Amino acid sequence: MIKARVTVTLKNGVLDPQGKAIEGALGALGFDGIGQVRQGKVFDLQIETADKAKAEADLKAMCEKLLANTVIENYTISLA
Amino acid sequence: MKSAVVQLPGLNRDRDMIGALTKISGHKPVTVWQTETEIPDVDLIVIPGGFSYGDYLRCGAIAARMPVMQAIKAKADQGVKVLGVCNGFQILLEAGLLPGALMRNASLKFVCREVKLEIVNADTAFTRAYSKGQVIRSPVAHHDGNYFADAETLKAIEGNGQVVFRYAEGTNPNGSINDIAGVMNAEGNVLGMMPHPENLIEAAHGGSDGRGIFASALAVIAA
Repeated sequence: MIKARVTVTLKNGVLDPQGKAIEGALGALGFDGIGQVRQGKVFDLQIETADKAKAEADLKAMCEKLLANTVIENYTISLA
Repeated sequence: MKSAVVQLPGLNRDRDMIGALTKISGHKPVTVWQTETEIPDVDLIVIPGGFSYGDYLRCGAIAARMPVMQAIKAKADQGVKVLGVCNGFQILLEAGLLPGALMRNASLKFVCREVKLEIVNADTAFTRAYSKGQVIRSPVAHHDGNYFADAETLKAIEGNGQVVFRYAEGTNPNGSINDIAGVMNAEGNVLGMMPHPENLIEAAHGGSDGRGIFASALAVIAA
């Protein structure tokens, strides 16, 4: 079995109102010097295969087809 | 003119949409469930609003991958008119039938109120009942209606007349770029919009400003 982590983040230039709100809340808690907060998503997947190359190709297809909206989001894949 | 209304788990505005289509066209639309792979012969397919799949992952993301969307895509390619309202708009974007994306409202709040809409393009199959520049009333009710497109896409859709509705008179409720409230595809047969015209079609609604969209699409008025 292969364990994988997919991280989805907003592309540069895409407004992130939730990140902005978190940034403000951190400031209100007294954390100074926070330049910017961008919120994203993490998916942990377990894949029943020993074939790393196939798992990577499948994960890429999963990101393109469903996990990320590539109009506004980037994704990275890492295998454990 | 015959119409169809798509039903998916979590959509809840289908009843209002069926009511509006029935009252305006005089014919009850057929309903199409998400697993269906063929759509009956109709002139207009409507994806109504709601919260398909609980808005999990991204609004409309899971609904957009259901079998019925392939069937809708095939019909759209043949030139059949497709209208997506609210969650229906989000689904059409996620399915790649329209350009851009819808994000969380800039205020981070769910908005449920009335806005003003400018008819930016009245030369479409959905808006010919109106005149260019006309401002109409329309209800909105959504959490993720903040339209976004990259600079290149924006330039293209603005240049092609694909921006059909804009929030007018400072009523942009969600931070949409260029105040965009509704866009269509380049061919002009697929339209998505965040506002709910089906909820302003008769005196009981307090007005009928939204009626023209259905009257246009269903060819109830003369072309």
